[in-house]
Amino acid sequence: MTAALLQVQDLTVEIPTRRGTLRALDAISFDIAAGEVLGVVGESGAGKSITGAAIIGLLDAPARIAGGRILLDGNRIDDLPPDALRRIRGRQIGAIFQDPLGALNPLHTVGHMLVETIRTHLPLDERQARARAIDLLRQTGIPAPEARMNQYPHEFSGGMRQRVVIALALAAEPRLVIADEPTTALDVSVQAQIIVLLRKVTQAHGAAVLLITHDMGVIAETCDRVAVMYAGRLVEIGPVQEVIHHPAHPYTAGLMASIPDLEDTRARLAQIDGSMPRLNAIPAGCAFHPRCGRADARCATERPELRLCGRTRAACWHPVDPGQREDAAEGSA
Amino acid sequence: MIEARGLVKRFDISAPWLERLLSRRPAQVVHAVDGVSLKIARGRTLALVGESGCGKSTIARLMVGLHRPDAGSAWLDGQDIHATLAGPQGMALRRRMQMIFQDPYASLNPRWRVAEIVAEPLLEHGLAHGADAQARVVELLRGVGLNADDLRKFPHQFSGGQRQRVSIARALATDPEFLVCDEPTSALDVSVQAQVLNLMVDLQAARGLTYLFISHNLAVVRYVADDVGVMYLGRIVEIAPKAMLFAMPRHPYTRMLLGAVPDLRMSGRARTPVQGEVPDPLSPPPGCSFHPRCPLADARCRSERPEVKQIQGIAIACHAVEEGRD
Repeated sequence: MTAALLQVQDLTVEIPTRRGTLRALDAISFDIAAGEVLGVVGESGAGKSITGAAIIGLLDAPARIAGGRILLDGNRIDDLPPDALRRIRGRQIGAIFQDPLGALNPLHTVGHMLVETIRTHLPLDERQARARAIDLLRQTGIPAPEARMNQYPHEFSGGMRQRVVIALALAAEPRLVIADEPTTALDVSVQAQIIVLLRKVTQAHGAAVLLITHDMGVIAETCDRVAVMYAGRLVEIGPVQEVIHHPAHPYTAGLMASIPDLEDTRARLAQIDGSMPRLNAIPAGCAFHPRCGRADARCATERPELRLCGRTRAACWHPVDPGQREDAAEGSA
Repeated sequence: MIEARGLVKRFDISAPWLERLLSRRPAQVVHAVDGVSLKIARGRTLALVGESGCGKSTIARLMVGLHRPDAGSAWLDGQDIHATLAGPQGMALRRRMQMIFQDPYASLNPRWRVAEIVAEPLLEHGLAHGADAQARVVELLRGVGLNADDLRKFPHQFSGGQRQRVSIARALATDPEFLVCDEPTSALDVSVQAQVLNLMVDLQAARGLTYLFISHNLAVVRYVADDVGVMYLGRIVEIAPKAMLFAMPRHPYTRMLLGAVPDLRMSGRARTPVQGEVPDPLSPPPGCSFHPRCPLADARCRSERPEVKQIQGIAIACHAVEEGRD
């Protein structure tokens, strides 16, 4: 891998409340190479969206970065003043959110929003910006882009709106796009199209993507690598097919087994009993140990760090043995 | 045992009368359910799948009598559900069918304790009183994997999965035969979804329940259903036994929906590329409403609406399949 575009080192986010400080992100570290798609997967409350918000500096108060560093191209961006950060946001980092209607200004035409975004960040005149906006709409698969430029967001369907949001995120040629649940609000048939589109246009623009989703299927179809989060911690990270087929962390293994799949004909889904702890009651040691069949005394007291287990890195004292994983022969390299 | 015959439900979504008069706009009616017939045998599960706006939740509500149909009828063991509910036998019939809703945050009263929530149907139907009711509630909670300590808690003290268990316990309180489940796991995380789906399958085996299961997730449907109906813009386009539908989907829309499911394990199964979006239900296309997105559409599809026909053991509404053009 070449030098990382984005480096997140020991990022910790805390939320002060009247009843004490909650740790929403607990020392997570990962990086993304230029042009790479990294998926972040986890259940609600695992800290996925907070990770994305922390990187673009859009944490909702009172949440704040309490430790660690975020580097873009080797330069720290987590301690920048708001003005400097705003210049980076949009120009270097684009964002796509779950709800396309909420992300668009209902009072402006799509063309106006695109042209404004382009001219804010790039040295183009009105005519050039307009041509670029039309081109972006065309790339995102919007038919008759010239006519669509003059329409308002409410005149677009859900899938078409999300295409506009993607066009907006790419307007200033950012090097990194943060996509937080970009397909969750969409119908299945539209979701499939947006997944393909996201992968295609970010590749064409050479942008790296941090794709946040709860849907492992979306991850499988889009990402190069995937990071699995649990209770504000990163529990496993690795190449997407390795994590899906040969997970090392017992939580990842349980998560994968609990997903119903079109290809499987199991009479019963595997289930992980219990649920993810709330932020005010995260167990000592490994946060997953009360639900884990492999846990022992050490897991209850000592917190495991990420370390190499087979082809993925997992934070676990007793990772699933490569010999026990599915297709063991394939996995042992 | 459960049957729907030509159910139709229209909703008037026009602007207020005066406003309409002033701006000279016509009345607007959306055909949420447009002639749907289905049958579910006792102890079996029929799943209805489709995208938002296809009318699947409206069917759920029609089947338990939360909506009255504009035409057609629904039957439980030979009794007309809507006629009976309006008559003196209404309570007795109501006891036999219950519903589980999608959002376990909105479907439980936040000011009631779990004991009250689960006991309400028992008291309402006069099935148990006092200590007896309390004992029944504990038994019901145990049956869905909760315990007696949870009686005193309020809904906000539970996670989403536990709340859905409370909903299920409440639905089972009257010992119903027929459960209508409207997206019961869509609001849940996958590991919790697995717990709830397993619970539903176990309860069906233990109590001989009949399910009408509404979902947009084909993988979930594959796990719980015996038969699967696919809906598009208010109509059923294909109903087939689960094994047949997944092995050999016939309707072009069914194929497209299957193609849209992400391939988690990269098995390389054949997939139909997806195109277009569901049209506005207010002005559905003429003929077969799927024709603008259909690779097999011809002139007949654009003008003549296909009826549901039995073709090789499945019920399907498609000119192309009927003519062997698929």
